[in-house]
Amino acid sequence: MADPVIQASDLSLTFQTGDGPVHALKDVNLTVDKGDFVSFIGPSGCGKTTFLRAIAALEHPTSGTLSVNGMSADEARKARAYGYVFQAAGLYPWRTIGGNIRLPLEIMGYGRADMYDRVKNVLELVELAGFEKKYPWQLSGGMQQRASIARALAFDADLLLMDEPFGALDEIVRDRLNEELLALWARTEKTIAFVTHSIPEAVYLSTKIVVMSPRPGRITDVIDSPLPRERPLDIRDTPEFIEIAHRVRDGLRAGHGDAV
Amino acid sequence: MSARSGNRFGRAVLPVLAVVATLLAVWYVAVVPMNVKEVLTQAEREGAVVVPPSAAERRDAGRWSLVFTNPHLLGSSWSMDRARLPAPHQVAQELWASTWVEETTGRRGIVRSGSFSNRSLVYHGGVTLGATVLGFVIGSMLGVLLAVGIVYNRAMDLSVMPWAIISQTIPIVALAPMIIVVLYSVGLSGLVAKAAISAYLSFFPVAVGMVKGLRSPDAMQLDLLRTYSAGKAQSFWKLRLPASVPYLFASLKIAIAASLVGAIVGELPVQRGGLGARMLGGSYYGQTEQIWAALIVAAVMAAGLVWFIGWIERRTLKAMGAQP
Repeated sequence: MADPVIQASDLSLTFQTGDGPVHALKDVNLTVDKGDFVSFIGPSGCGKTTFLRAIAALEHPTSGTLSVNGMSADEARKARAYGYVFQAAGLYPWRTIGGNIRLPLEIMGYGRADMYDRVKNVLELVELAGFEKKYPWQLSGGMQQRASIARALAFDADLLLMDEPFGALDEIVRDRLNEELLALWARTEKTIAFVTHSIPEAVYLSTKIVVMSPRPGRITDVIDSPLPRERPLDIRDTPEFIEIAHRVRDGLRAGHGDAV
Repeated sequence: MSARSGNRFGRAVLPVLAVVATLLAVWYVAVVPMNVKEVLTQAEREGAVVVPPSAAERRDAGRWSLVFTNPHLLGSSWSMDRARLPAPHQVAQELWASTWVEETTGRRGIVRSGSFSNRSLVYHGGVTLGATVLGFVIGSMLGVLLAVGIVYNRAMDLSVMPWAIISQTIPIVALAPMIIVVLYSVGLSGLVAKAAISAYLSFFPVAVGMVKGLRSPDAMQLDLLRTYSAGKAQSFWKLRLPASVPYLFASLKIAIAASLVGAIVGELPVQRGGLGARMLGGSYYGQTEQIWAALIVAAVMAAGLVWFIGWIERRTLKAMGAQP
């Protein structure tokens, strides 16, 4: 078995605030293997985004160890080991869609011809071929978020970190993007870490569901999904799907310590 | 298309014309009480009977009461020589005479001498414009450099801005002569000295606007660059600088107007040409038309400069994909 992509042991992260310390993460242990699609689900304040940001080395743990691709998180960031998709698309309004996707490539010093090919490929991958010369304001919210995914895929990172990327979109667009994301995951064989607060989204997408609870932020349950990798949208009506969704809901309720 | 653009033209121009017409009407009315004492003195000299008859009484009387007691004697209010407040058409005549007429028919005009006459507002406007533009360029570059320093250097962030603010609280009229004297003693005079005062006034809005602009990218956009391990230079050129462009242009419009004020103030103590020199000269010799004409040239020039910056702004933002 290859080395795990993400390995956290006894990871804690405390923010010092004016109202005293906030334990965003406490004693988190988790292993994510190559090719996994792992979702982090939990109510706000449970540390799911903080954990993702710690993997990305945007936050630094106070104690415990965290390795990404066998390196420290900081080294992994410097090695450009992951692509990060934020809650908002965050495209630069002064760059075209193609220009936005070229941004990481320019920073990482890719060659001109290589950039051209890569932009073309990822635009096809997220079904935005032909929109290269459009500006962000000319695209709908869902298309903008797709462009931001393309931006994270444009360079060679095996790990994709996604922080509630579809949180601001309506349910119809969201279903469609979920389906596309699965297809994209199957085609690119990336490891994906995905933060969400939607139970159906987590169950539908993931091979591994990490249920978290707040105060202090911790993992209450890790569910390895028995669902097949190939998942049509109507898999959500099968008993297996509903059973996993129940387990997630129970985990969330238990973590809260009272009825949700 | 033509109907629409004609409509837009009408919408843009009509309100302006209405305001101008109102201002002119107020101006014409104001001319009467402003000049009434001089008008009545002149009428008395020409043999008219003025109420009240003694000059001392008239000196203490209110202007409006003099207007209402002598309504039949006010005919020359709008054609007084060296009027306290010249009428708009007198200013217009002075403007025409000191530009077109002076240059085409004057002994030193461009037609006869090949260079602009030093008695024409074309020449003086040009002198002021040169100092304004040079000062604006220096001031804007200084402002941008200061802003970059403030954003990237903590020591500058804490130390520069208070001094920049203090520098703008000192009345420029008090400071300008000293700047001129100090610069003269190190061998700088004329255009450069005036440009220094312009730069002094124009760096500030640019620095303030650019600091705000360079800091305008939100945490998410900065985090995104961190996930790429982008360096400071890359985050400056690819994110902070383009994000600051709209702020820059807003500041440049203020800066160029401030620059013009600086150039005019700089010309007051120097008296080597320029609109400021014309204004002060006019006030020495009671040539109010000359002051007003110079003021109008300055105002038109300011409007033109601000419009020019706005034009570049529109073109730049369009090239940067702004939503029309």
